[in-house]
Amino acid sequence: MAFKGVIEVDTNLCKGCSVCIANCPTDSIQLSRAVNSKGYHYAEMKGDACVGCGACGVVCPDSVITVYRVKIQ
Amino acid sequence: MNIEDIKRPENIVYKRPALLTDNVMHYCPGCSHGTVHKLVAEIIDEMGIQEKTVGVCPVGCSVFAYNYIDIDWQEAAHGRAPAVATATKRLYPDKYVFTYQGDGDLASIGTAEIIHACSRGENIVVIFINNGIYGMTGGQMAPTTLIGMKTATTPYGRDPKLNGFPLVIADMVAQLDGTAFITRQSVHTAAAARKAKAAIRKAFEYSSKGVGLSFVEIVSTCNSGWKMSPVDANKWMVEHMFAKYPVGDIKDVLAK
Repeated sequence: MAFKGVIEVDTNLCKGCSVCIANCPTDSIQLSRAVNSKGYHYAEMKGDACVGCGACGVVCPDSVITVYRVKIQ
Repeated sequence: MNIEDIKRPENIVYKRPALLTDNVMHYCPGCSHGTVHKLVAEIIDEMGIQEKTVGVCPVGCSVFAYNYIDIDWQEAAHGRAPAVATATKRLYPDKYVFTYQGDGDLASIGTAEIIHACSRGENIVVIFINNGIYGMTGGQMAPTTLIGMKTATTPYGRDPKLNGFPLVIADMVAQLDGTAFITRQSVHTAAAARKAKAAIRKAFEYSSKGVGLSFVEIVSTCNSGWKMSPVDANKWMVEHMFAKYPVGDIKDVLAK
C-alpha cells in the first residue's frame, strides 16, 4: 500500500515563510520563482514524491495549504 | 494518476478549518500565532461549541484575534483578559471561556490578574503565547526574555544584574491550588502542533468540568523581533528556549 499526495496552496494568501518546506518529510515543496500580489515567493509542490502526510498543512501559520491523498497499488 | 484526479473533495486529508474567517492574517510570515489560531479554530469546530465559546483578546500582536476565528469575542484592557474572562464565565457558566494572551500581556502587565485568576480557580482556559519578546511594539525585552538574549532594549543581551531573571509563569501558577491543568507546548513541527492541539482540547474539556483553571503555554517564535528567518527562529527556539521552558505537562489534577 502506498499513498500519493497533492498539495494545493492558496498562492494569494501564502507569505512564503518556508515553515512547510522545513517540515516536509519528502522534500516536495519549494518556493516559487514568481511572486504573488503582496510580493512573496509562495510555496508550491515540486516533484511527485508527496505522500499526502499533511505535515505542511498542520504547521502552515496562515492555513493556506489543502492536502489531498489517494491510495495507489 | 494525474494531479487533477487527486484534487477531489473526497481525497482531502487536510484543509483550512471552517471556523477561520477569510480575513488575511496580519501576522508576520511564519508567526506562531497563526498556527495556534488554527488549532483553536479546529478544536472549537470539532467539539461543536462555536455557539458556546467566548474568547477574550489581549493587547499585543494577537489583539486582532477576533477578526480571524468566527466565535464571540471580548476585548480586554492590557493584561486584564483573565479578569474579563472571570466575569464572563461567572455570568455565563455554561459557556466555554478562554483568554489568548502573549507574554508581554500575561507575564508583565497582567501578572496580578493571571495569578489571582489561577488562585481563585476560575473555570477558564488560558492560552499563553511565550516568545520571550514584545513583538508588536518592536521587539523590546519582556519578563520572559532569556538571559543574554538581544532585544531592542537589551542590545548587549539581557543582564540579570540590570534586567532581572526570566519569569517562568507556568511553573509559578502550578504551585497554586486553583489550577487544574498546566502544560507547555510548541507548534514548530507537525508533531508538536498535534500535541499542542490535544493539550488545548483537554484544557477546553477541563474548563467544562469545573475542576479549575487550565493553562496552556505555547513556546513560540517572533522571527521579526528575533531578527531571523522563520525556519532559523524555530531552530533557535529548540536550541535555546526549550532549555529554560521545557515542553510537557506540568500539572494535571485529573491524571490517573
